[in-house]
Amino acid sequence: MSEPRVVVEADNVSKKFRLVHERNHSLKATIMRGRRVVSEDFWALRGVSLQIREGETFGLIGENGSGKSTMLKCLTRILTPNEGSVRVEGKVSALLELGAGFHPELSGRENVYLNGAILGLSQNELKKRFDEIVDFAGVGAFIDEPVKNYSSGMYVRLGFSVAINVDPDVLFVDEVLAVGDEAFQRKCNDKFRELSEAGKTIVLVSHGLAGVEFMCDRVAWFSHGEVLQVGPARDVVMAYSASVQEGRHIDETGHLRWGSGEIRVTGVYWLDQDGGQTARLRSGAPARLRLLYETSQAVARPVFSVKITTDEGLEVTTATSRDVGCLPEKLEGHGHVDLTFDRLPLLKGIYHLTVSATDMSRIHEYDVRAGIVRFEIEKGDLREPSGVVALGGQWNIEEFPPA
Amino acid sequence: MTLVSSYRSSRELLLNLTLRELRSKYKRSFLGWAWSMVNPLMTMAVYTIVFRLFFRANPDPGVDGINSYALFLMCALIPWTFFSSTVMGSIGSLVGNASLIQKTYFPRKLLPASSMGANLVTLGIEMGLLTLVLLGFGDYQALEFLPVTVVLIVVLAVFSFGMGLLVSALNVYFRDVEHFMNIVLLVWIYLTPVIYPLTLPGVQRFLTLLKINPMTEMAECFRSTLYYGRLPTAIEFGYFLAASLVVLAIGWVVFSRLETRMAEEL
Repeated sequence: MSEPRVVVEADNVSKKFRLVHERNHSLKATIMRGRRVVSEDFWALRGVSLQIREGETFGLIGENGSGKSTMLKCLTRILTPNEGSVRVEGKVSALLELGAGFHPELSGRENVYLNGAILGLSQNELKKRFDEIVDFAGVGAFIDEPVKNYSSGMYVRLGFSVAINVDPDVLFVDEVLAVGDEAFQRKCNDKFRELSEAGKTIVLVSHGLAGVEFMCDRVAWFSHGEVLQVGPARDVVMAYSASVQEGRHIDETGHLRWGSGEIRVTGVYWLDQDGGQTARLRSGAPARLRLLYETSQAVARPVFSVKITTDEGLEVTTATSRDVGCLPEKLEGHGHVDLTFDRLPLLKGIYHLTVSATDMSRIHEYDVRAGIVRFEIEKGDLREPSGVVALGGQWNIEEFPPA
Repeated sequence: MTLVSSYRSSRELLLNLTLRELRSKYKRSFLGWAWSMVNPLMTMAVYTIVFRLFFRANPDPGVDGINSYALFLMCALIPWTFFSSTVMGSIGSLVGNASLIQKTYFPRKLLPASSMGANLVTLGIEMGLLTLVLLGFGDYQALEFLPVTVVLIVVLAVFSFGMGLLVSALNVYFRDVEHFMNIVLLVWIYLTPVIYPLTLPGVQRFLTLLKINPMTEMAECFRSTLYYGRLPTAIEFGYFLAASLVVLAIGWVVFSRLETRMAEEL
């Protein structure tokens, strides 16, 4: 069997931006300064070649500013590369910003027709799909209201609905999956799967590595405007997350720390029964661990994890907020996370905590602080003489006396 | 094949963008579409009072003895207004749709084209009404020369679109162009025999200068078919047509060169 043909091809694409230090938008300033902009060149992409085959779901990953979004804009022809060429076969739809081009004063209906036309649907096709689009977006009777009266959720859903119902051969998606409520997200994911099963090609840019690994067949890893690795999703995602960890360093408290920094764990301490900070706890007593965090941007569905190890390095347990269903839609700003134990089942000894903030998949790490807290457990009312943890089993002795 | 389908989808998009321009223009205004009639009528009233009564501008009587400064004025003012609205609208169409340009791909020339299209609808309505009024005054030639007038509108649209392409693309890079064009259009209308007739004694001395301005031929052509009930001269029409094609060519080339980086520059 021959391989499917290449439907998206980038050949040696380079894109240069100018980092503008001083922009003279006006003619006067241009003449006075003798030039329009004071700038230096910045190569957002340098000699990137990609071949994406028909029916593939292809992911672009990389750090912020690595060029993946620029690549997507070049593929969708919004940006023109300075060098190299881009070729895309078939009908294209792009989800770069949902509802881009909606006119606030016009009704949902009018905007659907306009947006559909931008995405290349004819009026006849639109008429046929109109009900489906409205249905999928779930805006109901609001369809004849001006879109400025829409909630942000409705706005985005309608935008998504138009773009996805274009029935594209190639769909380009830029990190828009993190919109809407959970039910709508599930609908979107189903729709992507449906397209993918129908043999359509999907190219998506994402930070959320779990989604990429889960959805994509192949992934290209961008770094500083170049493609470091292209290959099966799992391999590339693994290599990428390993490299992110390579940014590890010894922090000011003398512990290992790494992560991309969208969330930073700024402090971790135990609270005793009276609410004071403590590093000595009693075995079997109530205890509460507090994590302080700060975010540099809104983070969707973060997961906090606490790993407890013995002084010898044996992992006692790793508790995550994800696995007990404690998943905030979004975190922004700062706050704290508490992990409460009614009876701390650790036995006498020295223990260490490794605390991390990660994405849903726990592959992409925002902040990991290894061994940040050392604490001591004193003998308490748990009656197990050695080991690390009290399992608290019930003893029962039944005696059958000799007859 | 792709060329044909891309032409077809471009045409549909152009239609949609034009409709959007038209629909959003008078949304939330009380008088709505009536504004598109109020503006020209008010302009007509003001110019008629100032130039006819105060300055005693006195054009040659038109066909069938129509002698109305107001009609004389409107025959050229309506096409002129179309031209100036298209040019300014084109500038706004790129700046106002920055998010569309940055987030989606479609042929960028459709934006100035949609501005031209929306103004063309207004022009059509105004021209229709003007023709009716002229008929009411007994100017039956206006009807007879209607096909010629339509040809003139097409040429005017070409000129306006070309100019719109040129200035809207430049305006993305230099926002001064918008302010500059406001002034240029203000001066330009007075260098064009819209408000006054070319036969005015004071005008005669500058006749050669005025004739260089293609808009002079434009005004004369429209006036010939509508007001004077005669065909435009070959020279007038030829110059107007040639100028329109040249302007379109320049606008097209400049726009094509600048459009590749519009998404970054906006």
